[in-house]
Amino acid sequence: MKFEIFVTLKKDVLDPQGKAVEGAIKNLGLSNISNIRQGKYFTLEIAETDEHKAKQQAEDACKKLLANLTIEEYSIKKLS
Amino acid sequence: MKASVIVFPGSNCDRDVQVALEKFQIATTMVWHQETELPKSDLVVLPGGFSYGDYLRCGSMASKSKIMKEVIKYAGTGGYVFGICNGFQILTEAGLLPGALLRNNKLKFICKDVQIKTINNQTAFTKKISEHKILTVPIAHNEGNYFASKEEIQSLKDNNQIVFQYCDKEGNISGESNPNGSFLNIAGIVNKNKNVLGMMPHPERVIDQLLGGTDGQEIFRSLL
Repeated sequence: MKFEIFVTLKKDVLDPQGKAVEGAIKNLGLSNISNIRQGKYFTLEIAETDEHKAKQQAEDACKKLLANLTIEEYSIKKLS
Repeated sequence: MKASVIVFPGSNCDRDVQVALEKFQIATTMVWHQETELPKSDLVVLPGGFSYGDYLRCGSMASKSKIMKEVIKYAGTGGYVFGICNGFQILTEAGLLPGALLRNNKLKFICKDVQIKTINNQTAFTKKISEHKILTVPIAHNEGNYFASKEEIQSLKDNNQIVFQYCDKEGNISGESNPNGSFLNIAGIVNKNKNVLGMMPHPERVIDQLLGGTDGQEIFRSLL
């Protein structure tokens, strides 16, 4: 089973990289683009036929390594 | 006294800290991250560097290495653990210290001498430093911007866990003396039990006049 995972900084955590990207975007003349936040994207495959179990394993991976819950949050979506 | 220095792939201050420890007659064993047993130690040091090339998040992969299970157990029994720079990042990722270290607010790698004020000199790591003493110690990091939730910051304050804060030469703790955007100018903290210290500045780089300073000696002397 294939999943995609987005890891993003929590709303109240400053994102200086996102800010810098936003500055560059504005320099390009794309002045109506704002609030850029940068995050991480993962795809992964889980050798499991039960979707519920597979999703739990993906959750486990997020909580234990892929995201740092002090500063980040995650979302998981099944791809196939 | 015996110390173990944990070496991860990408550690680069491991030998510096070994030299510093041995200068104070602390017998030091280097321990590779894949080891599953910690030698009998009075102190465990997580050195600076770029473990796993800082992939994913600084210190995240190192915090899951085999030897870290032992280090977490060791800290749980009251053993002294000292993380410097990347070592501090690993300690937060391992859950031994609260909070996280984010990108520096100005997005630049900073390598320079800074002043830090000794806020808590009642720990095993700072007991021979006089109260509020200002130390000059170098920083060299890209992710030293200390962040923690409001509740965690309150708990750090309530339990006297803030050990070092960035300050100017006169000891003023202000926005101007904050090199990286850290909450409350935090440069180093201990856990609630005061047996785990993490700090971004590198005391092992200022242990001899030949290296440009000796203020780092005060921490190693405190450990004896």
